Amino acid sequence: MAALGTYASEEQIRALEHQMGLDQPVMLQYTTFLKNLCHGELGKSLITHQSVAKEIAKVFPYTFDLTVSGMFLGILMGVPLGILTAIKRNRLPDYLGRIFSLTGISVPEFYLGILLMYIFAVKLNMFPVVGAGDPGNLGERLYHLVLPAFTLGIAMTAFVSRMTRSSMLNVLGEDYVRTARAKGVSEGMTIYKHALRNALIPTTTVVGLYATVLMGGSVLTEIVFSRPGLGKMMVFAVKDRDYMTLQAVIVIFSAAVFFLNLVTDILYALIDPRIKYH
Amino acid sequence: MPEDIRKGLFFYTFRRNKIAIAGLVMAVVIVCLSILAPWISPYDPIEQDIKSQYLPPSLTHLCGTDGYGRDEFSRILWGGRVSLMVGVGSVLFGMVFGVSMGILGGYKGGKWDVVVSRFNDIFMSFPLVIFGLLILAILGPGLLKIIIAIGVALTPRISRLARASTLSVKELPYIEAARAVGQGDGKIMLIHVLPNIFGELLVMGTMWIATAIIVEASLSFIGLGVRPPTPSWGSMIRSGLDQLTNAPWLSMIPGLAIFLTVFSFNLIADGLRDIADPRLRGA
Amino acid sequence: MPTRGSGALDGIACGKETHKCDAGMQDTLLNIEDLKTYFYTFEGVARAVDGVSYRLRDGEALGIVGESGCGKSVSALSTLRLIPDPPGRIVGGRILFNGTNLLELTNRQMRKIRGNHISMIFQEPMTSLNPVLTVGGQIAEAFRLHQGLERREATEKSIDMLRMVNIPSPANRVHQYPHELSGGMRQRVMIAMALACRPEILIADEPTTALDVTIQAQIIDLMLELKEQLGMAIVLITHDLGIIANTVERVIIMYAGKIVEEAPTRSIFRKPLHPYTRGLIRAMLRLGSKIESGRVRLEEIPGVVPSLYDLPPGCRFSTRCPRVMAMCRKEEPELREVDERHFCRCWLTRHGG
Repeated sequence: MAALGTYASEEQIRALEHQMGLDQPVMLQYTTFLKNLCHGELGKSLITHQSVAKEIAKVFPYTFDLTVSGMFLGILMGVPLGILTAIKRNRLPDYLGRIFSLTGISVPEFYLGILLMYIFAVKLNMFPVVGAGDPGNLGERLYHLVLPAFTLGIAMTAFVSRMTRSSMLNVLGEDYVRTARAKGVSEGMTIYKHALRNALIPTTTVVGLYATVLMGGSVLTEIVFSRPGLGKMMVFAVKDRDYMTLQAVIVIFSAAVFFLNLVTDILYALIDPRIKYH
Repeated sequence: MPEDIRKGLFFYTFRRNKIAIAGLVMAVVIVCLSILAPWISPYDPIEQDIKSQYLPPSLTHLCGTDGYGRDEFSRILWGGRVSLMVGVGSVLFGMVFGVSMGILGGYKGGKWDVVVSRFNDIFMSFPLVIFGLLILAILGPGLLKIIIAIGVALTPRISRLARASTLSVKELPYIEAARAVGQGDGKIMLIHVLPNIFGELLVMGTMWIATAIIVEASLSFIGLGVRPPTPSWGSMIRSGLDQLTNAPWLSMIPGLAIFLTVFSFNLIADGLRDIADPRLRGA
Repeated sequence: MPTRGSGALDGIACGKETHKCDAGMQDTLLNIEDLKTYFYTFEGVARAVDGVSYRLRDGEALGIVGESGCGKSVSALSTLRLIPDPPGRIVGGRILFNGTNLLELTNRQMRKIRGNHISMIFQEPMTSLNPVLTVGGQIAEAFRLHQGLERREATEKSIDMLRMVNIPSPANRVHQYPHELSGGMRQRVMIAMALACRPEILIADEPTTALDVTIQAQIIDLMLELKEQLGMAIVLITHDLGIIANTVERVIIMYAGKIVEEAPTRSIFRKPLHPYTRGLIRAMLRLGSKIESGRVRLEEIPGVVPSLYDLPPGCRFSTRCPRVMAMCRKEEPELREVDERHFCRCWLTRHGG
């Protein structure tokens, strides 16, 4: 699927290059690009004239940090919240949880970032306002990671908790949950041992898909917090008409999407014994 | 009826009706304010007044002024026009193409379906903002271009949902009957399938309007939205960001505007969904 | 090793190790008195079970028959207090198990009863087993929960249970998942799970309805065999009179939340008193009957079951009864003993049937 994705974006990029007046036959360009790709050569930036591959390698860890920690926080907060609102359905925790998640999906991510920045960095001075910290110093990196990661994480929580809630409610209505209760299993154990794993199956798919949304969100967050990263690179490449860089970033991005889908599929097969993975 | 069950039923109906109505009211207010912007905004949104830079909110300037002395409140009202136009416009665009594709693929199946599904799968995994970004890279900036860009970005997602809805109504008895009578596929899709999935499309559409507004704001925030000096909530936040410490209202208030608008649309969507599926277990 | 019936339930345990009460003494094991379970929804109050009473003796096989919605399943779920609340609630009556009112027990005490002293199996074996847990694990859970066994011992016993329900190569099956088994085998697994702790009562709610006809007989036979072997009582709930005929000793016919007739099986078939019962019997297709040879049409009971939210005044069957009288529409008849151990709720029987 990523291969197809790359083809599709390649169409766009080829159109762009035509616009620029490059006069080599398209297929030749394309095969040259692929050949270079296999050698890890992604061309030179039109603006800085530096190797694009090197630029990407420099910023990639920051984006990686951000996306991974955002997802981690999102799952950590979102899944339990979803379960809680499902169990305490139509009672106070449910209403609060649902208001929270409805609010969460109605707030633009960058605004959330700005809010967090304003409250915690500017007013309370608890965290640094911008930047990503010295790459060598792990502590500093984590410190600078907190606010941006929470920005992504909270947005993800709102979404994941809704999905988990709905999935959990479905599962709790299933026959086998009734069987468990009829066996004398305690409510807590029923939820933990019988319901949860089944409810997580659709949630996993959704989380896997959301990873791509996270990548999109990281673009905005990187700009808000002035962090270096792939997203920021992509935005500037578009603004500056730096098509070489843009092309390369899209390739990396498609590869990431493909990889994430693969991981999701594997996870899915692990959790659900009905799926046999070849 | 036992007391606690009665309370539970009461809250449930209350929530279903009142909250959805609250959302509707909020959305209507916002839409009206935006439509009436040219007549009710106290100042010209692009008129500069360097002497009045960065004024905090007051009676003369309800939301303060920005770096060029322009009245924030007027800019917010006009910005609302942009957001709503883009929001509704892009969703309409996306639905025209997305729904057609979805119904085509879902109803006809076979080769059509393969093409539609492949298309959806490929483009769905691109986040909206990035997709929009790329299309704008090709098209260039401008209000219409943004509407098209976001519309195109939404198309695969809308198509997928429309396809799923089509599949669920495909086997309905009177559609079979229409086929048996010899009605052509095109007519069936238009006269029978479309009205049936209309409800679901409406709920979907409302949700996507909310999403589109956020995407527009994001693109404007990045700097690839409507050209200045036309105000857009997203770009207002961007310029406000630099002044976060001394003029926080410049970024906070437009953000609040975005939030309220999107929130109200989401409430409507939730309410519509409840009505469409009243016995749903509550998601 | 913790035994069953500890603490507040001492009075309930009944010689579990040998499971033999005094040979001649027929204890009333379960005594349901005037049970009322209602459901509260937007449409109003559904009186799903409205004053149902019956007794179950030690080792007895009881059948409960009725159309969908008559309350037979709800009464069984009420016994185990598995009614979802909201929207349902047990609003009245007593459920006496060996003298203890189950409705007064705490949740924790109730859990010791479920799957342990009283077990229940359900209609849909396809969906009643957890798809992500192994078959053996689900049976073993009963052992670990109620008898405190370790995993290995519980698995051993699970294999024994699988053997007891006639599942071939149990040692292999024990590690399989439900989707790897056929419908009939899944139902056997359900039975194994239910009987693991040798309950005194097994409630079977339409156990064969979702199965192929050929498998149905096997499952019923299995249940009866195990009943004899383990000396337990069975409550068999079904809408199919045919299954009842050769399996249970007593039959209860339910309609719209109430019991309309109760009698020993033979009496029900030989001398059905209630018009509804008669209708059910006539609607049965029997080998060699006039229906089969085409001479008489298959009869059905005209009309539909009244909505539980909107019950007719007087007798609930009055809207469909072929022998309805003016009295029936005004006042609801009581359940009266008409013959020896034969009860009927009908104005006709008051006038001599």
